Amino acid sequence: MSEVINEGLIAAAKAAAKAAAGSAPLLVAERITRRFGGLVANQDVCVSLERGKVHVLLGPNGAGKSTCINMLSGDLPPSEGRIHFMGRDITALSAAQRSQVGIGRSYQRTNIFPQFSVLENVRLAAQSRRQQAWRIFSRAMQQQWALDKARACIDEAGLGSKVDWIAGVLSHGEQRQLEIAMVLATDAQVLLLDEPLAGMGSDESARMVEVLKRLKPTRAILLVEHDMDAVFAVADTITVMVNGQVLESGPPEQIKASVAVQQAYLGQEDSFHV
Amino acid sequence: MDFASILIQTLNSLQYGLLLFLVASGLTLVFGIMGIINLAHGSFYMIGAYLAFVLTSVTGSLFTAILLGIPLTFAIGALLEWALFSHLYKRDHLEQVLLTYGLILIFEELRSLLVGDEVHGVDIPALFSASIPLSDVLSYPVYRLVISAVCIVLALGLYFLIQRTRLGMMIRAGNHDRSMVEALGININMIYRVVFALGFALAALAGMLAAPISSVFPNMGSHVLIISFVIVVIGGIGSVWGALIAALVIGFADTFGKVLLPDFSGMVVYLVMAAVLLWRPEGILKKG
Amino acid sequence: MNSTASTTLKLLGLLLLACVPLSGESFYVELAAKTLVLAIFAMSLDLLVGFTGLVSFGHAAYFGVAAYAVALLSPKYEAASLWYVLPASVGLSALAALLVGFFVLRTKGIYFIMVTLAFAQLAFFVFHDTPLGGGSDGIYLNVKPTAEIAGWLPFDLDNPSHLYYFILAALVGVYAFLARILQSPFGRVLVGIKSNEHRMQSMGYLTFRYKLAAFALAGGLGGVAGFLYAVVFGFVTPELLSWHQSGNVLLMVILGGMGSLPGAIAGAFVFTGMQELFASWTKHWQLVMGGVIVAAVLFLPGGLAAVPDRIKRSLQGGGSNE
Repeated sequence: MSEVINEGLIAAAKAAAKAAAGSAPLLVAERITRRFGGLVANQDVCVSLERGKVHVLLGPNGAGKSTCINMLSGDLPPSEGRIHFMGRDITALSAAQRSQVGIGRSYQRTNIFPQFSVLENVRLAAQSRRQQAWRIFSRAMQQQWALDKARACIDEAGLGSKVDWIAGVLSHGEQRQLEIAMVLATDAQVLLLDEPLAGMGSDESARMVEVLKRLKPTRAILLVEHDMDAVFAVADTITVMVNGQVLESGPPEQIKASVAVQQAYLGQEDSFHV
Repeated sequence: MDFASILIQTLNSLQYGLLLFLVASGLTLVFGIMGIINLAHGSFYMIGAYLAFVLTSVTGSLFTAILLGIPLTFAIGALLEWALFSHLYKRDHLEQVLLTYGLILIFEELRSLLVGDEVHGVDIPALFSASIPLSDVLSYPVYRLVISAVCIVLALGLYFLIQRTRLGMMIRAGNHDRSMVEALGININMIYRVVFALGFALAALAGMLAAPISSVFPNMGSHVLIISFVIVVIGGIGSVWGALIAALVIGFADTFGKVLLPDFSGMVVYLVMAAVLLWRPEGILKKG
Repeated sequence: MNSTASTTLKLLGLLLLACVPLSGESFYVELAAKTLVLAIFAMSLDLLVGFTGLVSFGHAAYFGVAAYAVALLSPKYEAASLWYVLPASVGLSALAALLVGFFVLRTKGIYFIMVTLAFAQLAFFVFHDTPLGGGSDGIYLNVKPTAEIAGWLPFDLDNPSHLYYFILAALVGVYAFLARILQSPFGRVLVGIKSNEHRMQSMGYLTFRYKLAAFALAGGLGGVAGFLYAVVFGFVTPELLSWHQSGNVLLMVILGGMGSLPGAIAGAFVFTGMQELFASWTKHWQLVMGGVIVAAVLFLPGGLAAVPDRIKRSLQGGGSNE
């Protein structure tokens, strides 16, 4: 069954690309598979990300969403399948190299430099874009372009009032915002966001959703998320994964109406609140 | 080299490699299971050698010395684990390095205080003091064959212990996940103590066996320690079988290096390690 | 501490060090010179351990390479030019570190500690076993390098106080160099790697290259210390590359609190002080040293560097909201 769906997906992706001429997908994963020993964590997964669209990856715990995002970001090499970025095969690139071409990610568990200030966290990210990171005799704090860039990204992520705070003392939600700012500072065209709303209160979630909406027009976003209100507030495409495979993929209305998705979720503890 | 010399060097390589395995196996188990880097492991070898010297001079027999030495070193190992190493499990590597570095200083000075700084010989037991003639001029000492045999028996015993016993099962489980083993109701502290004491006793036994052929001398542990590190790195941390293969490789590299490249003999084993690092940075057999 | 106070304190320390030769006691001048050399050595290791998060247990190798380089590059019975042997020996230790770094930086954690130690041992045997190094007796550096430039002699390393001030200047130079680097974009990358290497990679930093550069740089600066050591004592032995030397310098870095350049200098002084003190009590001073180390690890988790914090906290009492 998955075969059929995947063939369909590739066709759909191609059709979509044709329809929106000029807005070809930025990142395309073609039937990526990942095995850990005998265990198949991802099988023949296809994902396509376009600028101006939010693509949400849904699925119960253990469905393979994190494995998928790890393969896209380069943290985990796929066992099979290819990944293309702007038409270029990037399957063999490491995480650092993928960041350099324009793919940024945030992590499920907050992954920042807790001892550094908010500004320094983001400044480091900005600095990675230029070879000037190799300068050993200039002062980092006098590289105005990196500081300006960092401040702009901090503002864009909604953290403008906390620039000089030590990252480790920020609230959980603010640390997630900081992560977004760090990804932005790397000029990422593709944002891979692994549960950016996890553990957030409703106020914080609402703020993050606003941030996502603001980012959406200029970037391609892949979002792994459990918060259904947020998902339906921002999603253009939803891909539902179960047991490492794509169950269904399509616009939110299609997913809401899908019997297969309902069934897959009804068997789960955290059922699908639609 | 003629056939007899090659045979002798091959037997020497085996004997040296197997002896190193005794030291390295304990080191790799303690690394793999408890996540502890123990710089003092070489001192355990030194302690074994000096125990052999002292106990042999008291009792008059290396056999008796070893028979007394094994339970004694096992007990010292358990005591050390209880008093010191059990406090290191949740510390970072730097603190483990520090404490065990301090221990080396203590052990070396205690050795100097108690036994002195002279080089001492230990007699080969009369039973094994013969040599087997291999050619008109060359012969091979029986005692070295005995060392190899003892080491092979111990390696088999270790295999049986790890693969076939309940303790071994717990060790293998503990190798992977401490919390899971605890959830099964197994007393992990006891396992750690036994493994550590076993590692101590094995290293000390290697020292006792080696005492008659290498004699006993100050700082004899540090060379063995660094070679054991090389073995653990080549074999892969936590892998006893990796350690066996690596120990034999090092035994051969070192022995034949001394014969073929006498000017560079000290370096050969490290060059082997460098080659392995290029090929497989995590060792030829990863943990398992 | 605010920055004016800390600058004042540093200048006072420097002034104090500058006064040592005025005492006229050659024993103390030589001891202080040796300690300054070790302080440079400790700062170079701190770049790796304290700022990049790489626990190297083989740093003595680069100290030793430079020390041997001076001895081997100097003609037997005449003075070599300082302006040639200093850069050459420092360059050689940086090169050695670059080469070794290429191998050891493929590993992490416990492996890294063991592999750096093993490579230092390899370097030890290079000088111990081959005809190059003169065996376990080492080599004499009969004549100290000369600072002469085209007939003009700005200072004379044969003069103990000139030598002392030369070393003090080197200490200040290395300190300023490292302080500057740590504020540079490159230095910030190193500190980022220490804090969270994985995150640095996901932000696009090819961290291996930065670590390799830091390793070579630390090796070169360790070489500065090794060079000065050979000049002060006039002979070199394989012991300079021994793992005790690597262990001791690591101890100095930790004593002073990792990740602090003044701390590394203080660590070298505390270590030498302890060594002299214990040695005045007993021939078996290493027993006391070992006991102190073991006790410190057991009873001061977090290291000596955490002590001021603990005292502060206990002085503030339970009222703070932690």
